[in-house]
Amino acid sequence: MSAAAFKTYRPPVMDVSEEGDELLEVAMGPHHPSTHGVFRMDVALDGERVVKLKPVFGYLHRNHEKIAEKASYLAAMPYTDRLDYFCSLTNNWAYALAVEKLAGLEVPERAEYIRVITAELTRIQNHASAIGFLMQEMGASGTPLMYAFREREKILDLFEELTGSRMMCNYMRFGGCRVELPGGWLDKVKVIVAGLPQFIDETEKLLTGNEILMARSQGVGILKPDLAVNAGVTGVMLRCTGVNYDIRKVDRYGIYDRFKFRVPLGDHGDIYDRYMLRVLEMRESIEILKQALKDVPGGPIMDPKSKIRGFRPKPGEAYGRIEAPKGELGFYLISDGSGNPYRYRVRPPSLINLTILEDMCLGQNVADVVLIFGSVDIVLGEVDR
Amino acid sequence: MKTAEEILGIIKSALPDARVELVQNPSPSAQHSLLLSPASAVAVASFLRDDRELALDYCSNATGVDWPGKEVTEKVKVTRLVEGVETVVEETVKRVAPGYLEAVYHLYSMKHAHREIAGPVVLRMRTANRTDQVQLPSLTPVWRSAEFQEREIFDLFGIVFTGHPDLRRILMWDEFEDHPMRRDYVDPDDYEYEPTPHDEVLKRAETSKSAQAGATA
Repeated sequence: MSAAAFKTYRPPVMDVSEEGDELLEVAMGPHHPSTHGVFRMDVALDGERVVKLKPVFGYLHRNHEKIAEKASYLAAMPYTDRLDYFCSLTNNWAYALAVEKLAGLEVPERAEYIRVITAELTRIQNHASAIGFLMQEMGASGTPLMYAFREREKILDLFEELTGSRMMCNYMRFGGCRVELPGGWLDKVKVIVAGLPQFIDETEKLLTGNEILMARSQGVGILKPDLAVNAGVTGVMLRCTGVNYDIRKVDRYGIYDRFKFRVPLGDHGDIYDRYMLRVLEMRESIEILKQALKDVPGGPIMDPKSKIRGFRPKPGEAYGRIEAPKGELGFYLISDGSGNPYRYRVRPPSLINLTILEDMCLGQNVADVVLIFGSVDIVLGEVDR
Repeated sequence: MKTAEEILGIIKSALPDARVELVQNPSPSAQHSLLLSPASAVAVASFLRDDRELALDYCSNATGVDWPGKEVTEKVKVTRLVEGVETVVEETVKRVAPGYLEAVYHLYSMKHAHREIAGPVVLRMRTANRTDQVQLPSLTPVWRSAEFQEREIFDLFGIVFTGHPDLRRILMWDEFEDHPMRRDYVDPDDYEYEPTPHDEVLKRAETSKSAQAGATA
């Protein structure tokens, strides 16, 4: 293609007219209440049945990667909070892990424990609210979501005490954590963790056997394991198809090899499996938290080799990834030896999990599209970056 | 999991025609990568996915990198006539080394996920230059997970993936012209600038103003 032709290149746009005149094209979003932000699905409908679906996004695009490439390594850390604003601590961890691989930093044991505790608390509050939002979209106005938010508030209060902010935590640093735990914080975590199983029991009692939930979610939005692997789907979305792939077990990053926990797997790959897996993952996270809280060691929380100011890793590149609540969150960094990254790339689980949205929705009713989309559990801050 | 060198050996023995090179990574992560030639990239990628031993069935990350051309100073020996005698003179010559765009893929195996802890298998492809020869073969037919990510590379870096089923802009709007993640990108003063009658009126006013100023002076 010549330069001139390239400038005027226009990709083909969706054309539904070839399918006949009976099709109805509906733009769901960008301000549809079920789209978790500004997200549009161009749906072609044959009656109630979905014939085509194209996700359209970018409304929240701010070129996060370019901003980070123009800032120093450390200055990108607060920006990672804004990717998936529900789980800022796991975002911090993924970025810190990639930079630690790039610069060869070691993390002290105490910091590793703090990272695991904060990450698992993040996972619990993310899954709880994901279930809450899904039920909200199913028509259970308020109650399940409020149950979830009640627990989430308790966890966010812990984060606020530790980091100074409820959601934009900006807590982890390359080779450790930013501040020492406040006095009595671990005891407060223990009290809240001890209360969590009761919350999950309560949620399950309300929802798991619920007739409406079962009728609307079982056998809806089925994802096949082969397609899920090929499409790079990760997290709960992948494991609901029965593929055993949890990066906490596969990479054993941090100190996850010290804890005993199980990876829940589904076998139908439908919405109900995803709901159930989130519940079970919360229970496993509580097990990890109980084990981690038992023996948090003393010692420093930062690698003495790591430099806060004038941080310049040697030239090279590294890809680091963690199991974020929504899937595999990876950071790819190229250093040219200067103070800011030459290339900074976020591998967003929310975006890549949307690749198979059309495959799951084809042939379903338009009302189910809302549920299928809700069960993917995305945050637009991460999709659009 | 095998190292990049071992994987290179396997590819060479299975596909002798494919041109693959090893790119060293000096950082402590030691994630070395394999540079594929665009002509044989799809064949190599399909082999890596389908080989029972490797089974790299999961393409985790696909992204672009922009390497603009650099000015290189070189010392060249030139024969010149100096005061009627032919002598060899050293001259410093400045030339621009051509830049290129790069697509990087990070692969893992889900089939053999639990065999060993290992870094990713990294594949790279490079375009001929940054302006008019920016085509690379799409790996979306091999790994569907590259679908949105290659669209993003096309959108932000301007690599045209041949064989991609639906290559459109993904984050920027369709009418947008440039590629914002390129190193030499300059963002416009006003993203939503549209010439309006108001501007025309303004321009006319200014020209008449300057004409008046010229008349009085």
